[in-house]
Amino acid sequence: MGIPIQAWFGQLTIGLINGAFYALLSLGLAVIFGLLNIVNFAHGALYMMGAFVAWFLLTYGGLGYGWALVLAPLAVAALGMLCERTLLRRLASLDPLYGLLLTFGLALVIQGLFRNAFGSSGQPYRIPQALQGGWNLGFMVLPIYRGWVIVFSATVCALTWFAIERTKLGAYLRAATENPALVRAFGINVPRLITLTYGLGTGLAALAGVLAAPIYQVNPLMGEELIIVVFAVVVIGGMGSILGSIVTGFALGVLEGLTKVLYPEASNTVIFVLMALILLWRPTGLFGKSA
Amino acid sequence: MTAIVPSEVQSRPTRTVPLALRAAPLGYAALLGVGLVAPFFVYPVFLMKVLCFGLFACAFNLLLGYVGLLSFGHAAFYGSAAYATAYAAKAWGAPPLSVIFFGMLAAGLLGSAIGAIAIRRQGIYFAMITLALAQMFYFFCMQVPFTGGEDGIQAVPRGTLLGLFDLRDTLTLYFFVFALFLAGFLLVGRAIHSPLGQVLKAIRENELRAVSLGYKPDQYKLIAFILSATLSGLAGALHALVFQLASLTDVHWSLSGEVVLMTLLGGLGTEYGPLAGALILVTLEQYLAPFGAWVTVAQGACFVLCVLVFRRGVAGALGDWRRRRRAGLRAHSAAERPD
Repeated sequence: MGIPIQAWFGQLTIGLINGAFYALLSLGLAVIFGLLNIVNFAHGALYMMGAFVAWFLLTYGGLGYGWALVLAPLAVAALGMLCERTLLRRLASLDPLYGLLLTFGLALVIQGLFRNAFGSSGQPYRIPQALQGGWNLGFMVLPIYRGWVIVFSATVCALTWFAIERTKLGAYLRAATENPALVRAFGINVPRLITLTYGLGTGLAALAGVLAAPIYQVNPLMGEELIIVVFAVVVIGGMGSILGSIVTGFALGVLEGLTKVLYPEASNTVIFVLMALILLWRPTGLFGKSA
Repeated sequence: MTAIVPSEVQSRPTRTVPLALRAAPLGYAALLGVGLVAPFFVYPVFLMKVLCFGLFACAFNLLLGYVGLLSFGHAAFYGSAAYATAYAAKAWGAPPLSVIFFGMLAAGLLGSAIGAIAIRRQGIYFAMITLALAQMFYFFCMQVPFTGGEDGIQAVPRGTLLGLFDLRDTLTLYFFVFALFLAGFLLVGRAIHSPLGQVLKAIRENELRAVSLGYKPDQYKLIAFILSATLSGLAGALHALVFQLASLTDVHWSLSGEVVLMTLLGGLGTEYGPLAGALILVTLEQYLAPFGAWVTVAQGACFVLCVLVFRRGVAGALGDWRRRRRAGLRAHSAAERPD
């Protein structure tokens, strides 16, 4: 083919990293959609906020990457839960489209405010000391940080899957997704469960933002294009399944990375084209249940 | 099976003409009057911008307000027509009416392709799919050579209408734009009040029942989608001629968001609402333009407020107020005559 093997593996790692972000974001979207029945358009803005909180912590608080990994998701999740309690809850009885529009408005507000404060250019965030450098694998040099992002996010995805599919709290959540009224009749506080779920979803988005901060610059616009791709990922996977959204996220990231090697012009659009094809073949998505 | 149009004619109310239809000629006359006088008091280019966005919002509302389909990708149709029009006018030097027709054709074709894919899902999926497909079109426009990439197509010639009217004159251009706007607006009104519009509303209210009555919702949805896309194309084509520019802004997702906001702000499913929404939003943008990203913040806040407390929009609120007043008057006159 004449394409050096380094290019293949380089794009494969980038693809896996983007796939990790797609997976974390679409996982959060799927969890939120399951219980709240809304598509959280603000997800991209919350991902951006996660990266910014990490940057704030380092620049103004002197707290490094390790702290950011814990504190940023908590802070963003707290904000998310506040929004859920004060705004989204009022729309529970309405058409889900209103939830989409409300979160779209929130995304515009958040992104506009950050753009006013920080402009459109990015803020650099240094890779933490412990994760600098690279491993020489023989056929390529893998930057340690990139390897860390892939392993760490895969672990988080697996833990989330375990928590939802195999624990008692997860069982409540799944039950409430199926039939909230009945679960409530059993004495489980469903409104609190909804708030916590929204917090979980937004926290995952913020975590993806922290992971992305050293790779991409911390930029007010970093979430707005990403969320559209994630929507396509969600349509391809179907929002019915937790495992499905994780697998689809990683797979599409890799596909996008490999397209960059084979036919760079199509790398921006390959996910959208695939979405259109899948819709023609299987309108409910790969893992979706028919409505 | 041939697609025989079901006996829609009977679904038409036989004698009682709906209130909206009775008030229609009056409203149209008022719109015509205001439109003819306005350019002598307000800057015509501003008015033309309102007309372009107003028509865009009306076309969009045909889909959201009357079929209940939220498209988040309507900028693709607006922008594709703007590019097609600008290209035809600049590269081929074609006359204004032909280039506008060419633009509408481009938007209609794109609309039938995107519509055919998107109507396979409903509700929020429909919104996400249209958004994703429009984003794909955005990347397409960014990469192909004839759109001029980041520069867009600049200095588009406006041409001479029918060889008689020089459209470089702003006022002449205004009346040309106003005439085409009216044509588009009346067409939307006609579609809403026609048997087709009744079926569309039936599908919005209860799709399964429409199926059980023998209608094929997919066909109707696709017709509405293509009509909406083509009319959005008319708006985009006019935009390209007025501003002599077609650029990536015209296909960007933020424009798709703006048209949703205009419609929501003006009043979903009302005939004049989207026009009012366009007027409010264009004015807002005009005044906030020096403040950079605050425009985005204001738009976002409008979205949040509309969804939370103002879901029926300006036109809806006005309608409520008039109904309340009429009911109040009736109660008042009843109280005066205690017999």
